[in-house]
Amino acid sequence: MSIDSVFVHKMWDDYELSKMVDGGVPFPMMSDAGGKVGSIYGVYDDDAGVETRGRFIIDPDGVVQGFEVLTPPVGRNVSESLRQIQAFQLVRESKGTEATPSGWKPGKLTLKPGVDLVGKVWEVWKTSMAFD
Amino acid sequence: MPEEFKAGCARPTGGPVGETVEKEETIIKNKPKEIQRMIQVGKKAPDFSAPAYLNGKFVNINLSEYLGKWVVLCFYPGDFTFV
Repeated sequence: MSIDSVFVHKMWDDYELSKMVDGGVPFPMMSDAGGKVGSIYGVYDDDAGVETRGRFIIDPDGVVQGFEVLTPPVGRNVSESLRQIQAFQLVRESKGTEATPSGWKPGKLTLKPGVDLVGKVWEVWKTSMAFD
Repeated sequence: MPEEFKAGCARPTGGPVGETVEKEETIIKNKPKEIQRMIQVGKKAPDFSAPAYLNGKFVNINLSEYLGKWVVLCFYPGDFTFV
């Protein structure tokens, strides 16, 4: 979503993005002229008249689980967004019985919060696990 | 002669120059200034409707249509910017 019109979105997809992604962008390229939606999400820059690089993960109940906002010159890390979605999905499927510690990615240890784990995280989780 | 500017990642914009024109806002006294705040995690995402370009068509999208699915909502400064 950006403040550009849907016509400009079409031109960008036709002339540039379709050369990066076969068949063009497969998801809706939304237009937010005036930044009305960006304003309620807190990512509209009133001075520049554009939206900043905001990314929101919204779960199936419509609840915001996470967001990240960057200034324009630095791009996002898609793998990190996917990792977060996988983590939120795991927590949701476990109905909150499991949590994903720092550095978690699929296949790595999860934690089962409870009385027995208090003060014992150091026994099962090592700081080296915070990194890839 | 128009002065050339270097294209960066911020969308080029302009604005009024010279004498400051009194803005409507300053004329209307006591108008509460809207404070932009960030939405919160763990809270409902505000629903919205927006026109979109999707697979060769112009369509209207409502966020609420995506209930039941995981959604990644991305904002960016502008089409044809570099990052």
